[in-house]
Amino acid sequence: MPSLSGPLHDPAGDAGWQESQPRKGFFTDTSICIGCKACEVACKEWNGVPDDGFNLLGSSYDNTGSLSASTWRHVAFIEQAATPASNTVSLGMPTTERPGAAMNPESAVDFRWLMSSDVCKHCTHAGCLDVCPTGSLFRTEFGTVVVQEDICNGCGYCVPACPFGVIDRRIGEQGQKNVGIAQKCTLCYDRLGAGNTPACAQACPTQSIQFGDLDELRERAAARVETLHAQGVSKARLYADSPDDGVGGAGAFFLLLDEPEVYGFPPDPVVPTRDLPQMWRHAAMAAAGLLAGAVAAFLGGRG
Amino acid sequence: MGASFGRGGATSFLQDLQNSDCIVIQGSNMAECHPVGFQWVMEAKARGARIIHIDPRFTRTSALADHYVPLRAGSDIAFLGGIINYILSNEKYFREYVVAYTNAATLLRDDFVDVDDLDGVFSGYDPETGMYDTSTWTYEGQDEGHSSAGSQRTASGAEADSPGGSRADDAGSGGNGQESEVSQSERGGGHEMGGHGAKLKHAEVHRDETLQHPRSVFQVLKRHYARYTPELVEQVCGVSPEDFLKVCEAVTENSGRERTTAWVYSVGWTHHTVGVQYIRGSAIIQLLLGNMGRPGGGIMALRGHASIQGSTDIPTLFNLLPGYLPMPKVGEHDDLPSYLDTIRSPDQKGFWAEAESYTVSLLKSYWGDAATPENDFAFHYLPKLTGDHGTYQTVMDMLEDKVEGYFLLGQNPAVGSAHGRMQRLAMAHLKWLVVRDLNLIESATFWKDGPEIETGELRTEDIDTEVFFFPAASHAEKDGTFTQTQRMLQWHHKAVAPPGDCRSELHFFFHLGRKIRERLANSTEQRDRPILDLTWDYPVDAEGDPSADAVLREINGSHLTGEKAGQPLKLFTEMKPDGSTSGGCWIYSGVYADGVNQSARRKPGKEQSWVAPEWGWAWPANRRTLYNRAAADPEGNPWSERKAYVWWDAEQQKWTGHDVPDFPADKAPSYRPEQGTPGAAGLAGDDPFIMQSDGKGWLYAPEGILDGPLPVHYEPAESPVRNPMYRQQANPTRQVYPRPDNLQNPSPPEAHAEVFPYLFTTYRLTEHHTAGGMSRWVPYLSELQPEFFCEVSPQLARERGLTNLGWATIVTARTAIEARVLVTERVVPLLIDGKEFHQIGLPYHWGVGGSALVTGDSANDLFGVTLDPNVHIQETKVASCDIRAGRRPTGPALLRFVEDYRRRAGITIETGNTRRTPVASGTPSRAGSTPAELTPAESQED
Repeated sequence: MPSLSGPLHDPAGDAGWQESQPRKGFFTDTSICIGCKACEVACKEWNGVPDDGFNLLGSSYDNTGSLSASTWRHVAFIEQAATPASNTVSLGMPTTERPGAAMNPESAVDFRWLMSSDVCKHCTHAGCLDVCPTGSLFRTEFGTVVVQEDICNGCGYCVPACPFGVIDRRIGEQGQKNVGIAQKCTLCYDRLGAGNTPACAQACPTQSIQFGDLDELRERAAARVETLHAQGVSKARLYADSPDDGVGGAGAFFLLLDEPEVYGFPPDPVVPTRDLPQMWRHAAMAAAGLLAGAVAAFLGGRG
Repeated sequence: MGASFGRGGATSFLQDLQNSDCIVIQGSNMAECHPVGFQWVMEAKARGARIIHIDPRFTRTSALADHYVPLRAGSDIAFLGGIINYILSNEKYFREYVVAYTNAATLLRDDFVDVDDLDGVFSGYDPETGMYDTSTWTYEGQDEGHSSAGSQRTASGAEADSPGGSRADDAGSGGNGQESEVSQSERGGGHEMGGHGAKLKHAEVHRDETLQHPRSVFQVLKRHYARYTPELVEQVCGVSPEDFLKVCEAVTENSGRERTTAWVYSVGWTHHTVGVQYIRGSAIIQLLLGNMGRPGGGIMALRGHASIQGSTDIPTLFNLLPGYLPMPKVGEHDDLPSYLDTIRSPDQKGFWAEAESYTVSLLKSYWGDAATPENDFAFHYLPKLTGDHGTYQTVMDMLEDKVEGYFLLGQNPAVGSAHGRMQRLAMAHLKWLVVRDLNLIESATFWKDGPEIETGELRTEDIDTEVFFFPAASHAEKDGTFTQTQRMLQWHHKAVAPPGDCRSELHFFFHLGRKIRERLANSTEQRDRPILDLTWDYPVDAEGDPSADAVLREINGSHLTGEKAGQPLKLFTEMKPDGSTSGGCWIYSGVYADGVNQSARRKPGKEQSWVAPEWGWAWPANRRTLYNRAAADPEGNPWSERKAYVWWDAEQQKWTGHDVPDFPADKAPSYRPEQGTPGAAGLAGDDPFIMQSDGKGWLYAPEGILDGPLPVHYEPAESPVRNPMYRQQANPTRQVYPRPDNLQNPSPPEAHAEVFPYLFTTYRLTEHHTAGGMSRWVPYLSELQPEFFCEVSPQLARERGLTNLGWATIVTARTAIEARVLVTERVVPLLIDGKEFHQIGLPYHWGVGGSALVTGDSANDLFGVTLDPNVHIQETKVASCDIRAGRRPTGPALLRFVEDYRRRAGITIETGNTRRTPVASGTPSRAGSTPAELTPAESQED
């Protein structure tokens, strides 16, 4: 039985791969994301994912809303109101410098437009995979988590099992591709097998989406945070990178410029199966207690 | 750019931005519209550069910049002028560079009069024609040795002895909209100077290198910009002095021997009635700060799509031939010598003196053996301009049934051009219309589902236009080159065959030409000779596709006679005026050097230097940074180790460095030509601007620009704000079209400007491509921006009762359109003259039609047609409007709705179309008063 929580260096090996590859992942550096959505388009083109409907959402420049069965990369746009600083300029309104990078750093927090490309986290301990009854979801040799659409029976257990709300069943008319089937990012499993970079990372013009060996990405990310802190961007932090977090660290992690909640990320995600051993222990104890009670009653009755 | 430096292209390359210490992005939304190039801005930022974005809107570019400065749309010259004033009055210019490499020291004639003394116009203005006689603008001494002072061909083409006898009179300004033939032809010629340095009679100029002479360019510049103070910048642009000074300090601190600043612009600057002057403004700054020709410096003109640079190099423009050779004009250029005389003066410096070689080689490539020395190399075969045939003039000619047919190739004017209604009504006058596009665009379907069908202005059964739609091949389905923003040609290979009936443009035109020639084969008419004598012999493959490779070879040119006969030219310097060489575009000569398609080179970046000279091929001569002689000091040494790029190697006696030197390779820095030596040989060893007639960068443009030798702040053609600087409200030389179907909103001092109290600007989003022909039919792009919207500030939303995701109606004198509302803090109200001032943002990607996945009203329908006099570019980056909550009326009610606005605003044909602002007659302007110091000069001139 694979482990269900805590740090784990080699999820692929843990899943039974004899010759696992170095674990692959994404480091999404939102500090240099320009919100071009090339990742969304490249993903759909490569993976044959249909459009998600033509709906103006009135939510800044975000018109796909969130990750879904038909949106495997999603760029969030957050217009962050300014905190009026003292001695504002004579325009009588907030200025729009970015903090830290501002020419006069004392001018507090200005209006910001944050952009961030979200994706499946490919968790070390993946709730979706753990609850999948058919084996459709599996751990690849690269340590990623992939749905096999021809095996999925559309039961939907995985949907509430994801602490990030990533995986979903595709909604659409019967007869369209994979309707009712659970869908999400595969980290371009087919491209990885051919030694290629996933489509989104390949298309990203500013290297906001970086693909590579997870160990190396984590080092790179830590250095980037240090640089940003040195430049005065004090709120820069990594998200979902730590092996000690509730999912054992994600294969796809992020550099954020503010609290995770600002971007719509859960602040402390926990894989629901983490508590499974404990639950079973409690259940066993309860069962043992019941059994003991029954035995006691029986023995007492006799005595 | 051409007028300032000598060539009309970006002066550096995108990768070079990584070397900048400061990057100012102004008039460009680089991150959204040029996302791939923007990686080099991010690289510079990672290396510690300061990124400044100056724009009416907070865009995705602003989000990534260190410093965002909102300013009022159409006020950039005031901002740039303020920087120039800051540089000059605080002695922040790079003196050694300025003295040696610019025309700062050159003396002007004593009869030049600046705008401050003539209430907003320069000397030589003719209020009747709305044009300048530019003879007073030139350098001192240009008349020496010539008896006919003033008869020299000036930038406007205004010659005392132009055909038709006298100067164009009573043309246009508030009149009947009919320019005289002469005036039209002259305006038609205006564009050519966008491509190269203007000619001088000779390069013997008078200089004062102490820069103290009152008539030196330097002192004229200083006086001209003295009024552009931080306070004025605040008043005009709505930018606080603190914000403004931060920019001034950033660019001056990051310029000089050790540091360089780059300026980046795109169509946010060019789509104005003063667009050329915007660019001139940044050119002056970059010359004063010594940033031209140096790594991390320069002016990066970003082109809007893959091969827009290519479409001016080998032009789709009516008034240019390949390589920026001007199109000849009827009457004026009836033979080759008279044509050549207007391109270059035999006595001037620089490479344009070789224009004869370029022209003859072009004629040889067109007409081969039929072009002989005896027949002026078939010069008489070239069509001659009879007037303005720019796109807007052509549309108006259609309305008068002067145009029978129209080819639209990758162009969707029903959505993408200013005044969409005029475009559609005009196309309904055509006999035939050919649309070649990837999708069934609105310009191909306007006759059945355009907005005018809904309003009842057009009825399908009344339209006689026969529309031929040809599906086009995409770039992956054909061989060819892109010439992208940094003048670099990149070859693309055909990856798959185009589906179905889709064909490339090359295929279409080759076979169209072939069929026409077959039809004319037996003709004995002289007029058919130009077509029958064309070299039209490209090899075709099995599918009938002509070889793009053969076309590129022809463009490169080859030797025709002698022992090298048949060999490709190595460079344009091999071109000869005697007919022994051919070449289809002289600046592209070298792209097929040594018989190798240089544009197809793709050596990976890590296998060569950071300049990457072996990736593609850049004109001219594969130089990546132009004017790079200026990267070294007058003695030829790098200005600093840190900014070393091209320098003089004294041992080997040649120029060397990281790039191909943009200078004669063996001309020593100390070289001084004999007095009066013309052409390239006349360049001194410290004349880095080798295409300029005097070898210098032009702070002041004595020739070549129609609307002034120095940029002046004028208000946009439509503006609710009174020009606080001069009586003159808008560009006095703008091209106006006073016609009942091209009404303009009133601007102060005209009455009722308050009916249209807001400014709007239009733009692109990353998710769509221009008029949508390539994106609104693609589900993956359409879903990302599915609907037309307007962007407004929360303050304006409150003022006008607009709600997020609700509807708004935007109105101008032309029409009213509706859009969904995005209320956003990214749009910042500005404080103009003490009052909150609002701007509205409108992306222009949508159009009304039945074929696309996503449709909507078109923002370009709001604009009228008013053009920049130099390059005929329309003002589509700013105009005035009104906005109100709710959807617009539909059907004929829409016409009544707009008519009501026109009545309230008192709009007539004259409104907004009087070029010279009349002397104030007591009508108070809405947005403040004319400064008191201006009034004494008011009646000086008319």
